[in-house]
Amino acid sequence: MTRQKLLDLYFMEARAKVIDLAAFMDRIERAPGEEDFRMRAFRDALKELERGNADRAKRVLLSLSDPTDKPIPAATTKAASGAWPEK
Amino acid sequence: MRYIEPHGHMVSRTTDDYVDMATAGCACVCEPAFWAGFDRSSADGFYDYFCQLTEHEPKRAAKFGIPHFCWLCINPKESEDVKLAQDVISLIPKFINRPNVLGIGEIGLNKNSRNELKVLEMHIEVAAQHDQLVLVHTPHLEDKLKGTRLIIDALKGDKRIRPERVIIDHVEEHTIQLVLDAGFWAGMTLYPESKCTPARAIDMLEVYGNERIWMNSACDWGVSVPLAVPRTALEMKRRGHTAELVDKVVYQNPLKFLSQTEKFKLG
Ligand SMILES: [Zn+2]
Repeated sequence: MTRQKLLDLYFMEARAKVIDLAAFMDRIERAPGEEDFRMRAFRDALKELERGNADRAKRVLLSLSDPTDKPIPAATTKAASGAWPEK
Repeated sequence: MRYIEPHGHMVSRTTDDYVDMATAGCACVCEPAFWAGFDRSSADGFYDYFCQLTEHEPKRAAKFGIPHFCWLCINPKESEDVKLAQDVISLIPKFINRPNVLGIGEIGLNKNSRNELKVLEMHIEVAAQHDQLVLVHTPHLEDKLKGTRLIIDALKGDKRIRPERVIIDHVEEHTIQLVLDAGFWAGMTLYPESKCTPARAIDMLEVYGNERIWMNSACDWGVSVPLAVPRTALEMKRRGHTAELVDKVVYQNPLKFLSQTEKFKLG
């Protein structure tokens, strides 16, 4: 499928998503209180969008991942937060 | 259109979902054993669940003309308690020869802890002893990359396990290559909020090819879409893919993997 056809198919959806991201960041910035590791990880992930090599999705996922390789001593929660707290 | 739903937690779904799936061309559904959304209090709870998966749910599915298969295990979310896991795993041989049991799954890791890994190795042992197919769940979000690596190491560490008889599920762009390069099958899970969207799943098919790969809805009691597979098939058509390729990915590929057990027969 050509770039033009893919733009026809997905541009409006991607446009809506990028505006949503901007509004999300504004909303966080306006709110009182402190941010946490998730927002720092989010901003790091955004930097990956600027680097073009047709592997942005992979690099965003890698930047949000726990990079360590040893099992943790014990699971204290079942949930994942979406970003690695120790980054 | 015809398709196989290789991963659906149907005990959590309604009869309307069965009607929709049958209408969309679902040829069969395969249900891995899973967390109930809360911790079961004892191995007895799993005994009942295994009866539900092997006796009751197949009958419910049959009312809608859909053959039902299942996988057995204690899932990684309940694997921190090794004693409970041992008790549950000791139940599996009683059920393993039932006609709709495809193998051991969905085993794997959740938070990548030592006990989870220990229980994963116990499951791998059962699968090897009974020469079973294996379906693996990979962790969520930030834990997926590390968990996928640990899982691949554990599976590769047992020479009795043949990678072509193992599907590693919930791959994303940062894990799919690891899984395919190691010789395993890869499952892409189509979720509205996490895991992967139809558009991204199709991207991965275009980038990584369409061999040893399937798509599933993993519909359960959470936010999920039982028709995610046929909807992604429609999206593949919008993306210009042929009807033959769509059929390969949503029907022929799962058929090929699952047919490695003689119990998997579509009437
Ligand atoms: Zn599942």
